[in-house]
Order: sequence, then C-alpha cells, then structure tokens
Amino acid sequence: MDLPFEVILGGWIATGLTLFILSFLYEDNPLFKLAEHLYVGVSLGYTIVKTYDTVVMTLILRPILDKGEWSLLIPVCIGALMLTRYVPKAAWLSRYAFAFIVGVGAGLAIPRTISSFILKQIEDTVRPLLAITPDGGVTFTYSLLDPASHLNGIIILVGVVSVLFYFFFSVEHAGPGKMIARAGIVFLMISFGAAFGYTVMARMSLLIGRLTDLIEFSDASYGRPTLWLFLLTVATLIVLTRRGSTHPPKQ
Amino acid sequence: MIFLRRQLPLLITMVTGLVMAAQYYVPHPASEQLLTTVTKWLQIIGGFALVLGITSLFHVHAAKIRRKEAGWGYSLVLYAGMLGTVMIGLWHHGKESVDGAMTSFGWIYSYTLVPLQGTMFAILAFFIASAAYRSFRARSREAAVLLMAAVIVMMGRVPLGEYLFPLSGDLSSWILNVLNASVRRAILIGVSLGAVALSFKIIFGVERSYLGGGKE
Repeated sequence: MDLPFEVILGGWIATGLTLFILSFLYEDNPLFKLAEHLYVGVSLGYTIVKTYDTVVMTLILRPILDKGEWSLLIPVCIGALMLTRYVPKAAWLSRYAFAFIVGVGAGLAIPRTISSFILKQIEDTVRPLLAITPDGGVTFTYSLLDPASHLNGIIILVGVVSVLFYFFFSVEHAGPGKMIARAGIVFLMISFGAAFGYTVMARMSLLIGRLTDLIEFSDASYGRPTLWLFLLTVATLIVLTRRGSTHPPKQ
Repeated sequence: MIFLRRQLPLLITMVTGLVMAAQYYVPHPASEQLLTTVTKWLQIIGGFALVLGITSLFHVHAAKIRRKEAGWGYSLVLYAGMLGTVMIGLWHHGKESVDGAMTSFGWIYSYTLVPLQGTMFAILAFFIASAAYRSFRARSREAAVLLMAAVIVMMGRVPLGEYLFPLSGDLSSWILNVLNASVRRAILIGVSLGAVALSFKIIFGVERSYLGGGKE
C-alpha cells in the first residue's frame, strides 16, 4: 500500500529526531544539541499558538466582538501591566498584576485546601476500626488487597500519624517518640522506593513507545528510515569523534 | 507615591484574597458567577505572563546570535523551529485537524513534537537506572527497605516480573495503594497546612516577596 508523501516524510523526520536524541546515550554531541534546541523551539511555538487560540481568540476577541463583553478589557489591562517590567521607570506598575494574581490565588487556596487536602484527608484516614453487620454483630475485614479493609485502614492510620510525627520537630524524638519517628522513616522509604519504581516503569513505557515507532518506520513502505538514519547517525558520530568534536560548545 | 508603589498592591492582594476566600462560603449564583469570571480573568492575565517568559528567551538567544557566541547556530535552530511552528499554527488557526484531515500544524505536532518529547523523557529511564545502579546499595536498613519497595513495584508492573515472582503484582498494588497512599496523605496534609499558612501571610501582607525587590 502506497503511503501519502507527508506520512513518509513524517516517518523520516520522527525517526531522525528520535535517533538524534537517543545518540545522547553515547555522549553529548551536536546531533543531540540540534534536536534538543528544535524541541525547545517547536514546543514553545506550539504553546504560543495554543495560548493565542485559547486566550486571545476564545477568551478575549470573540466574546468582545461577538457578545460585546467589554469588561474583559479589565484583565487585559491588568495583564498588560506585567509588560511594564521592560520599562525600568514604570516597572512598579507590574506589581498590580502580580498583587491581583497572588491575592486571588491565596484567597482561592485557603478554603479549598482546608476542605479537600486537610479535612477530607483526615476524614479518610480516621475511619471506624470495625463495621456493624446487618444482624447487629461487628466485623473486621483483613484483606490486604482491599485498600478499604479495616486492616489496611489501621496501617494507613499508623503510616499517616508516624510520618506526620517524623516531620513534627516541636517534640524531641526520644523514647516512644523515637520509635514512632522510625516507623515514619520506614513508611517514607517504602513510599520513595515505590515512587522511584513507578517512575522508572513510566519512562520505560515511553521508551517502548518510541522503539515501537522505530520498528514501524523500518518498514519498506516508509523507505526504511530507521535503518538508513541509524547508519547515518552512527557514521556522523564516528566522524565527529575522529575529529574530536563530539562535545558541543559549552552553553 | 509610596502608597501607589507599595501599599496599594498590598491592599489589592488583601481585598482580592479576602473576597475570593469568602466566595467559597456564599452559595449564591452571584458568588458562582464571580468565581467563573475571576478564573477567566486569571487565564487571560496568565497569557501575558507567557509573553514575559517568551520575550526573555527571545532576548537570550538573540544576544547569542548577535554576538556569535559558542553554539549560536543552535539558537538559530530554536528560532527557526519556533517561528515556523507559530506561522504554520496561526495559518491553521491552531487546529491540528480540519474535517478529520491533518493540517500542517497537526503534522508538526505528530511527527516532530511527539517524538521529541517522548524520546527526551524516555532517555531519562537510562539515567535513572544508571543512577540507581550507582546509589542503590543497601548500606543501611532504610536504604534496603527503599530498594526492596522499588524492586517489588518495578516487578509488579511488567508481565515478566509477575511470571518470575507471582506475588509481585498484588504486593505492588498493596505498596502503592496502602503504604504509599498513607505517606502521600501525610505529606499532603503537611504541605496543605503550610500552603494555608502562607496564603494567610500573603493576604495580611506579612509575605511580600512576590512584589519584587527595590527600595519602594
């Protein structure tokens, strides 16, 4: 099946850029620097276009021109004050914009943080240790695989209290306090280990995605860009190493 | 003048902060409308903050090109990538596809940005693994616990790990959903208490660093 020209070209570009970035595993080199700067430029350009579309067009121009929402000129003026940073004599005007953003942010944060991140978290931590069955008896669930089981509820309670105690320095960590703090350290270490393992596997998943693309682009329908560009990348690295110029200039 | 330069910004912070904090406790349509409007305003003002960042980057690389500093060619590549994307993106009104057909802007996204971003983050896997190899030595009991938790979670996330160590899947879920959750919860509570305290300090003018330096 013949692929459209833009898809084939896209395959070649994507393969080249992927290999250029992966060449960093050998050492820092001009091919990597080229791809790295292109990445910054393209992602910045993409952000500019998306911001222009969502902010300038959707939030400012269309509501003003189509619905006559002239009140939107107020945030535009506040935002424009930020640009006075470039005029030293008028730079203090930018404080109004920052004061507005910081004030609103702080005001929004107080009740919502207390409600969602403090009270709700405490509520979910301090749960009943037993449950009442329909026949009036009490039950205690032991299943470790069920995060809502009573046993796990106790473990979570111990974890939260011991970690909070570890970070509480108003009381000396001695005697029973030392034991609680040490339990907090063990919980923290397990969490850090889990976070590390999870991150590594997430990165591996991304790598598998890139390698899958490289395998797809090694197909004859694309003109085997993976093979040719791999050879080209390796040859370039060999030439650069021989010339002693693999190290790009210091930034 | 000191009122305009120093006290008025503090007053604006205090008034907006108190109004937005009070808004949460007023279940009235007008209060909800205020929240919607202010959220929209913040998005608009945030757009101008982006302009500040972009012009700063522009300035740094323009200076590099003008002075022909070491590596100025890479700055040219950055400019070309950015300007090319902006021009094509604006031409297509920021749309990646129109009527199901991919635009040039969508092409740039799919064949340039996605591979670059994916590979850039993927190579971190190698660096994390190499850093782990060098630093993950069970020198103490705590380090051994960390190492074991990491290994169990990694094994539990892949079929091979579960095949070699059948319990790893359940154990990994338990570590993530119970032990890790309890620590995250404790840290979240601590961080939130700090955030609330900082917000109060900002509103009442105790914390003023966001206003920047200067005599006034």
